Amino acid sequence: MASKVLQKPASFYDTYERNPSTDKKMPHYCPGCGHGNVHKFIAEALDNYELADRTIFISPVGCSVFGYYYFDTGNIQAAHGRAPAVATGIKRAHPHSIVISYQGDGDLAAIGTAEILHAANRGENITVFFINNAIYGMTGGQMAPTTLETQKTTTTPTGRNARNEGYPVKVAELISQLEAPVYVERVALFDNKHRSRARMAVRKAIKNQADHLGFSLVEILSPCPSGWKMDPVDSLHWIKDVMMNQFPLGVYKDNTKEVEPYEAPKMQLSDEEIKQAIEIIPDTEKEFKKTEYAERYANPEIKVAGFGGQGVLLLGAALAQAGLLENYNVSWLPSYGPEMRGGTANCHVNVRNIPVGSPVVNDPTVLIALNRPSLEKFEPVVVKNGLIIYDTSLIDIEVQRDDVEVLAIPATEMADKLGNTRTANMIAMAAFAGYTGIFNRETLKETLKTAIKRKKLLAINEKAVDEGYEFGKSKRPS
Amino acid sequence: MSKLLMKGNDAIVRGAILAGCRIYFGYPITPASEIAESAARYMPRVGGTFLQAESEIASINMVYGAAGGGVRVMTASSGPGISLKQEGISYAAGSELPCVIVDIMRGGPGLGNIAPEQSDYNQVVKGGGHGNFKCPVLAPNSVQEMSDLTQLAFEIAEKYRTPVYVLADGYTGQMMEAVEFGEPFTNVPKQDWAVYGDAESKHNLISSIYLDPEELEEHNRKLQQKYENIKQNEVRVEEFMLDDAEYVVVGYGIVSRVLKTTVERLRSQGLKFGLLRPITLFPFPEKRIIELAKMAKKFLAVEMSNGQMVEDIRLAVNGSRPVEFYGRMGGVVPTAAELVERCQNLVKKEN
Repeated sequence: MASKVLQKPASFYDTYERNPSTDKKMPHYCPGCGHGNVHKFIAEALDNYELADRTIFISPVGCSVFGYYYFDTGNIQAAHGRAPAVATGIKRAHPHSIVISYQGDGDLAAIGTAEILHAANRGENITVFFINNAIYGMTGGQMAPTTLETQKTTTTPTGRNARNEGYPVKVAELISQLEAPVYVERVALFDNKHRSRARMAVRKAIKNQADHLGFSLVEILSPCPSGWKMDPVDSLHWIKDVMMNQFPLGVYKDNTKEVEPYEAPKMQLSDEEIKQAIEIIPDTEKEFKKTEYAERYANPEIKVAGFGGQGVLLLGAALAQAGLLENYNVSWLPSYGPEMRGGTANCHVNVRNIPVGSPVVNDPTVLIALNRPSLEKFEPVVVKNGLIIYDTSLIDIEVQRDDVEVLAIPATEMADKLGNTRTANMIAMAAFAGYTGIFNRETLKETLKTAIKRKKLLAINEKAVDEGYEFGKSKRPS
Repeated sequence: MSKLLMKGNDAIVRGAILAGCRIYFGYPITPASEIAESAARYMPRVGGTFLQAESEIASINMVYGAAGGGVRVMTASSGPGISLKQEGISYAAGSELPCVIVDIMRGGPGLGNIAPEQSDYNQVVKGGGHGNFKCPVLAPNSVQEMSDLTQLAFEIAEKYRTPVYVLADGYTGQMMEAVEFGEPFTNVPKQDWAVYGDAESKHNLISSIYLDPEELEEHNRKLQQKYENIKQNEVRVEEFMLDDAEYVVVGYGIVSRVLKTTVERLRSQGLKFGLLRPITLFPFPEKRIIELAKMAKKFLAVEMSNGQMVEDIRLAVNGSRPVEFYGRMGGVVPTAAELVERCQNLVKKEN
């Protein structure tokens, strides 16, 4: 039996070929370092559960940056602090894989605080090993987020002062407060009993993932004789006598008995199903013929403006959709962002026989104004001989210019008579078509199928199109 | 009617799914948020994953992880978010991971505003992160191209093992135009370098570390060779009335559309202007510009920035012809009228 205990786990490479050192048998860690212990526990667990082939080990930045020298598994090296995000990425790509995110204290509890907190909070089904040695080992002994109060490091030369650097971050306590993690334990490496406990914790955290239980984190108080400037034996004493006082050992959370295993369902779709799922099959294959209309209305550059909530953007989108159905080149550009939240909204619509250059309408040939500020703001920029359509129900001033055509329409009153104020936008849209002769009425009705999401409102909007179109047509200059 | 009216941002996600992308990691930002929202809507419907990360930094590192797994993966953001992603993009370039990053540019620097600018050219085209790397950059100027070039981005990313950008502006992202889609591509090939969580791939390593200076130099040389191959093979431009052009205007993205109208108007006045529109910003169409410099009198670069691409034109022209610059900033899109005037002045100065 003794020979078995001493055997090197198969989940380690036989020789460490990736290590540039001439000695391919020895790890790169310092004498007395805790990484060797933890690596071994992990490799043994992977052997034991026969998981090495499925495992992807994420090496962090820190002394374990070269974790991939050792583990005969898939390996990904990550940026400083980002291992839990990288682990999330690969786990979501290959949910069957066993993803181990291995991080030190600077990596996990300083620069990568957001990544670990949120990976834990999402309950990613990954296993995190957190090596807490209260110091930045690789960069030469600077303060870590877990450095103890009064502990001297190269960046706390007189000892960590809570008033300046704050207190040691207690990761196991923090993570265990979250809803999603299933298992959080803190262990320590200083004698056989505690190493054995640590080994059990490592195994459990890996097994949890294989059983699809969710997020596990094991914090390991681990010796760093080089960083602490102690000999290996004193380092073990320091963990036991000093470190453990501030980082109490124990199981901080264990829901593994209660949680249900979860595996995301797999989906196989045909090409046709994919196209349906992403809604790229047009509503209609019908072709709509262009109308004939006066040359001066050709290639309209339209500005639609009003209050947010009046359906200004939808009005513009319906015009563009009608243009598309009648095979024009169209573009629609909204005002977006904070402008949309209350206040005024406007959009730019091009309906052109030739390709649309800039989608921006600076000098509209057509202005559809649904409120007074819009009329005041945009009336001056309408081109000479352009067309201004405005809602007289809401706008108590008249168009001042005498070098433009004007269609005054009580759109909101007409909408109210129909029984729904919100159809005023479609009345105005159809009035534009009725007045200019651009677009068939049937085309406008077809656009409603795309524009109106709530199908029960379709009928009233169709009426609105009829009313608006007739109104516009009745005013059409002969 | 086989076309759909759709926002540029929505077309990107449709294009990505048709290209076989099934994972999206992102973080909301105006004017790119519709990309995340579309991905959230459609990825799960096709058995894919959408995840809103805790930050741009996390999202690009999730992309790094998934890309290491050999799947097609993407993220999207706007200027401030792209600045944050630069760390991860450098790692992905160093580890040679294919992925697609969409940047819907807005006004800067700092918080700036959410109106369209082209001021991310330097950070995107020149490789804003640390190290000797570049990323191919595709610059769509229509909603149709938002879909088409996103699909192409995945192909280029995989072919050369590199992050690829789709670089557009707020207006191209926000506007709706007609777009037509092709058939889904579902046979994403298994990559021999990727880590799949199986016995076959377990000896693979995704890493950007080369401790030994000679080894890192060799790795860098390999990367430079890759960029050289990309320069040879992937340059894409659109040309308009260049055959007999005496004056060449250069612009990409939304600006190129205004420039096209500008050139049409100038031609109707008998002025021999032509438009060169780089579709790829890296690789930049240097060779074509060198050719054009042999016959054209002058170049004018128009950008919605302080003049970032113009430097690449000047490098290519190498002093043989004057290269002038006209820029608008802060989210102002130049009008055709304004550009016509500017171009007329160019001719007047000449005479």
